[in-house]
Amino acid sequence: VNLLTRNMSGMAGPVASIIERKLTDMLKPSHLQIINESYMHSVPKNSETHFKVVVVSESFTDKKPLARHRLVNDVLKEELSSGVHALSINAFTPEQWDKGRQVDKSPNCMGGF
Amino acid sequence: MSVARSAFRMAKFGRSTYLPMTSVLTSRITINSLQTKDPLSNKINIETQQPRYFSSEAPRDVQKEIGDLVAKNKVVIFMKGVPEAPQCGFSNAVVQILRMHAVTYDAHNVLVDEELRQGIKDFSSWPTIPQVYIEGEFIGGCDILLQMHQTGELIEELQKVGIKSALMDPEDEKK
Repeated sequence: VNLLTRNMSGMAGPVASIIERKLTDMLKPSHLQIINESYMHSVPKNSETHFKVVVVSESFTDKKPLARHRLVNDVLKEELSSGVHALSINAFTPEQWDKGRQVDKSPNCMGGF
Repeated sequence: MSVARSAFRMAKFGRSTYLPMTSVLTSRITINSLQTKDPLSNKINIETQQPRYFSSEAPRDVQKEIGDLVAKNKVVIFMKGVPEAPQCGFSNAVVQILRMHAVTYDAHNVLVDEELRQGIKDFSSWPTIPQVYIEGEFIGGCDILLQMHQTGELIEELQKVGIKSALMDPEDEKK
């Protein structure tokens, strides 16, 4: 199941779409959620600067959390060195996901950038 | 501009890394007579009057600086803002978690030091702030620390380096 946040007119932003494509191609996830959280931060409307991704993939098996995050960071290297400024990563194996791992709500913005 | 640069110099010399911006803006006298120690001769230099500008300074080795910073304390974090006043929700989450475990740590504010902000990302090959180091080793950012906190792994990691977390179960202490 792939879920992508869409704005009022049903469009996903360009950066979100690229993120979806790259993560799908590179990690072959069984579940993928890309949430644009820029609205929670002190950035202009329709920004694509802060994202939360939930990735469930076999590629994470036998990898510690840090290694999983580095894998995702690597796939999104270009985005992270251009507009994307914050990335909250939730990386699970299919087994962990089926057991019902929870995704935490991201903390509130505290003004800085 | 010179105010911000002097604040940067204070952070660079490792003193008052928690320097709040308000005290920087009001204490002009302090800034204009910054005391530094000459590393070679151990003399105290008092720089007066003219604020120093980057062009007259020796090139800064940020990577080496960071290497020194992460070695200085068992737990070192790089964040936005200071622990008393974080300027980012993710940085704040890290501060609150460490507070719950009653850990003492060094905190470095990347918002007052642009070179540090980029340098720390190169140092750990990690693109975002906050960053947490335990015994010089990069542990992760907010997500990872939160996960470790929830699973109890953080207590174990701290115990491994000789830090007793305030949240450690009394029974585990006997292990």
